Parts: sequence; C-alpha cells; structure tokens
Amino acid sequence: MFKKTLISLILAAGLAFGASASAETKVGFVYVGPIGDHGWSYQHDQGRLAVEKELGVKTSYVENVPEGADAERVIRQLASSGHNLIFTTSFGFMNPTVKVAKQFPNVKFEHATGYKRADNVATYAARFYEGRAIIGTIAGKMTKTNVVGYIASFPIPEVIRGINSFTLAMKKVNPEAKIKVVWVNTWFDPGKESDAAKALIDQGCDILTQHTDSPAPLQVAESRGVYAFGQASDMKAFAPNAQLTSIVDNWNDYYVAQTKAVMDGTWKSMDTWGGLKDKMVEMAPYGDAVPADVRAMADAVKNGILDGSFHPFQGPIKNQQGELVVKEGEVLSDKELVGMNWYVEGVEGSIPK
Amino acid sequence: MEMIGPALLTIITAATPLLFAALGEMVTEKSGVLNLGVEGMMIMGAILGFVAVHFTDSVTVALLVSILAGSAMAALFGLLVLKFHASQVPTGLALTIFGIGLSALIGQSMVGIAYDGLPKLSLPVLSSLPFIGDVFFRHDILVYLSLIMVFVIYYFLNKTRAGLILRAVGDSHDAAHAMGYPVVKIRFLAILFGGGMAGLGGAYLSLAYSPLWVEQMTAGRGWIALALVVFASWRPGRVLLGAYLFGGITILQLHAQALGIGVPSQVMSMLPYLATIIVLVIISSDPGKIRLNAPASLGRPFHPSR
Repeated sequence: MFKKTLISLILAAGLAFGASASAETKVGFVYVGPIGDHGWSYQHDQGRLAVEKELGVKTSYVENVPEGADAERVIRQLASSGHNLIFTTSFGFMNPTVKVAKQFPNVKFEHATGYKRADNVATYAARFYEGRAIIGTIAGKMTKTNVVGYIASFPIPEVIRGINSFTLAMKKVNPEAKIKVVWVNTWFDPGKESDAAKALIDQGCDILTQHTDSPAPLQVAESRGVYAFGQASDMKAFAPNAQLTSIVDNWNDYYVAQTKAVMDGTWKSMDTWGGLKDKMVEMAPYGDAVPADVRAMADAVKNGILDGSFHPFQGPIKNQQGELVVKEGEVLSDKELVGMNWYVEGVEGSIPK
Repeated sequence: MEMIGPALLTIITAATPLLFAALGEMVTEKSGVLNLGVEGMMIMGAILGFVAVHFTDSVTVALLVSILAGSAMAALFGLLVLKFHASQVPTGLALTIFGIGLSALIGQSMVGIAYDGLPKLSLPVLSSLPFIGDVFFRHDILVYLSLIMVFVIYYFLNKTRAGLILRAVGDSHDAAHAMGYPVVKIRFLAILFGGGMAGLGGAYLSLAYSPLWVEQMTAGRGWIALALVVFASWRPGRVLLGAYLFGGITILQLHAQALGIGVPSQVMSMLPYLATIIVLVIISSDPGKIRLNAPASLGRPFHPSR
C-alpha cells in the first residue's frame, strides 16, 4: 500500500516531466499480487529486472493491484506518464487494459492470459500444461500408493487444463494410479494450502502437485516424507528432498523481446502462447530422488513436445463419461484448450460450479 | 477410523492461530475497546518472529519478539484511541493496512528462506498413550500455550478482582472512573495484551503452521478471529469451541473433497462467516440473551472530564 502511494507520487512527478522524457523507452508493469509471493508476480518481476538489465531501459511497477476499477486507474496513470509499453499481468486486467488502450493509441499494451486484442493490445500466455504432462509422467512412475494429490485453486480453464494434462500423462505410464483433487478457492493462502496438503497425505497420497502459489505444500511434503512438485518458481529451498522438479514460469525472454520490438518500432499486436519450445515454460532440475529411468521417460515427453512429435492432448482422449472426445491421431485445438471446462477420464469428482 | 487421528491433528494446527488472536481480542473488547487491527498485529508478529528465528535460531527469542511486535502495534493503536481519542473503527482498520504494508517491507529479504518449524514437545507418559498420545500430546509449545491461555483468561476474568475491574471498565467506564479506577491505564493494558496474543497467533503461522515468510500470509485469519469473538459471545470457553469448529470446518471440507464427497467447496469456505452472521442475527433479535456478556461500553470513547 505504501509502495503503491510512493509509485503514484513518482508517476505524478513523471507526469510533470512527461514531455521531456517521452523520447526514451519506459516500460510499466502491473502485478496482481505482491512481488514477494515467490510465485506468479515474483516471476513477472524477474522478467522486468531482465528488461532493465539487458536493455538498460527504465521500468516501473505497481504491485498488489486489485482486479477491478483500481486497475484501470493504475494502468491509465502508467499510460499517461510516459510509458511506451505496459504489461498487465493478470486475467482480470483484461477489460481495463483494453479500455485504457483506446484512449492511448500510441502506447503499446501487453495483457497476460486474456483473449481481447486491439491494434495496440497484444496478449500472451504460457502453455503450462506442457510442464504438467512431464510431472504427470514422473508422478505416475514414482507413486507407490498409486494415489496422487492435486491442490487446485479455482475451476477456470487454465487449472482444469493442468489437471487433465497431468492425469493423461500419469495414466499413460501407470493406469492404476488415481488422482485426488482438492479445491482450496484461493491462489495464495499458505496455511490453507498446507492444510490441503496434509489432508491429501492423510488420505494416502504419496505425491503432491499444486496449482496454488505458495511453497507451503512442499514444506508439508518435506516434513511428511512424501514427494511434490514446485509451482511457478524453483522451490527447492523449501523442500530439498521432496521436490522432484518444478514448472517454472519464465517471462524474461518474452519481455526483453517485446521491449526491443517497441524500441525498434517493429512491435505488432499478436497473440503469443509460448511453451517449452519458447522457453516460457521451463523445468527445474530433477530432484535426487528421481531415478534414471524416470528421468529418461520425462525427458522423452519433454523432447517430444519440443520437436512436435508429442502433444499432451493428443487422441484418443475420453471425457469423464467415457465418451471419445478426441479421435486417435487428432489433437485438441488451441481454441478448445483455451475454453476447457470438462475433465478427462480418470479424474474423480466433478468440477465445482 | 485411521483417518480421524490425522484429521484431528490438522484441525488443532488450523485452530491455534485463531485461538490466540481471538482470545487476545476478547480481552481487549472486554475492556470496552474494539480493535479491528488484529490482522495487522498478527502479520507483524509473523514477520518479526520469522526474522528473529532466522537471525538468532532461538525459539524463545522469536516468540518474545512476536509478542513485542504485536504489542508495539497495539500500543500505537492504544495511543491513538485512548490519548488522542481517535475513533476506534477506522484506527483499527488503518492498523491492519499499516501492518500488512510494513511487514511486506520488512520481509523483502525473507522471501524464499525456509525454516524447519517449531520443535514438537512430547509430554512424558501422556504422549505414549495409544491414539490420544499421538493426537493430543505431541505438539509444539504454542499449541499447549494457547490451551493454557483459555483457562488463564477464564480464571482471570471470572475469578479475580483484576478481572472484575476490567469487566467493569468495559461495561461502564463512567462508573468505573467514578469509583476511582484508572480506566485509560486498564484499557491500554488490555490492548497491549490483545496485541501480544495476536503476535503469537501470527508467530504460529510463520513458525509452525507453514514455516516460511510470504507477504499477506495471514490471509484474513485476523478477521475470522474478530468474527470468532462475536460468535463466542465474549466467553473464553466458547472462543475455544469456535476456533476448533472454524478450524474443523476448513479441514473437514478438504478431507471430504479428497474422499470425493460432493460438497461445494465454496459453501464450506464461507461457513465460518455464515455462522458468525447467524450469531449476529440472534444477538440483535434478542439482546437479552447476550447482554450479560457483551461489554456495554464496547467501542465508546471515554472522556474522563464528563
């Protein structure tokens, strides 16, 4: 809150000197959470630091911006204070971004995880489901109890896609393995996330994975002697023995490339959905507990995705009711993936409405 | 049956931070002061406790620092509302916002650092009992302390003269003042006590519950604690019951989901708040039921001149 005020002041000052500063490139970032979350917003801020370091341009950021009317005000302040490129890094910033973009045709906007574009609004997201296929493979091979726990946040396509990708990969290497999904209805509550982890372990899960942002479940896994996968950043410091690997968000290259495009005048509005190939999704080094044959299998999945010979959602895929949804030899299109709201066969329970 | 033990263990950890914060706030409110800054005091206890354990490696120091951190925040609140007669509600809200911001600032270099968690103390003899020993007698010191505090506070409020005076100040500060009791001093001490307890609740989060530091890690538990005081109608025993009930609901819904029982998780998440609203409705529909417990001067400023 303090920081926000401080930045507002800086922005106001920037406004006063706006005319003189307009020649140089300035990049603004809007974060939904604190940069100290060690997860989503933290990784975006790493991208901002990369831009500063590699291109030497000025950047500014506003953290903890609620997804609502406040967001529009913050984005407008950035736009009117000499920023040429503004990244808004949460789904809920979509409408405010588009609205402000109309009023500032000369400023370029980049909105993460959304689907509305304009001449000066580009969208970008990462194919985290590719990483989920890799960790699903590892989980299927390494579970002893054949029960794997999944801590989920909110029932949106992004999360459901991850559960499906994980389940398909796990079932492929171990048809006996089962998945237990627990919804915690929060992106970020270390206490509740660790409660969910404990509940899953108590019910026989010996491997945990999460789609929430804090390292708390990994700590629980470490203290209970089970395995887990990190989320958003490498969380090995919290679970040196328990972390098998981690799906790491990497926005650095994308942010640097887009900033450079603005500087060169080659920036165009487009939709980027980057994955392992674009290094937007990366895997942390395998933990010591992952045996060589499992590493080989996980690498095979990874290389298959990289060279295009494997797709996490390639047919045949059945839905929960056992109906064939994707035929052999076909893959789900990006359009279907973006709006995914159904479970594949093998996931138990139903999606909360 | 084998599920019950682990579930109970988790319920105890979920309830402990709520119990600390709510007990502290209850004593503060019993003296007639409404401090909405519980969340801010908790988070300061959480960060400074974590910083202390990181640099000194001493649990004792960390817990003392947490108590001091919560009390220092409370002292600021006390100064504003008692000395400068600031309105209690906005001052408390400001304290929460201030605490969240300040803790984030202090904690910048603490993100990404791990801590092993408070050591577990197994009580001799008792902990070797089958089942009961595992569930009830192998916890860290804060769990035991929170339960002891329920009895201490009950005894203090109901069986001691000092407790009677505190309640008198909360019920009618004018009458207490007329009888020569130092109203402001008593309230200040009650506020400090509430802050210290909230600090311990925060320390439990960052040292035992999920031993790490991340911004805003209290995630609204201070507000649940505030609701809990009303839910418990200002009685220590019911605060205990309510904390374990609220903690229990959270844990049981997670277990129900993992078992595949189809309860909408959103409904379970809102149950603690729903329960509080129902209690509030009961209170306002029949004030007589509650009047004996609710501090009559709650939230009213005290001017000794009048």
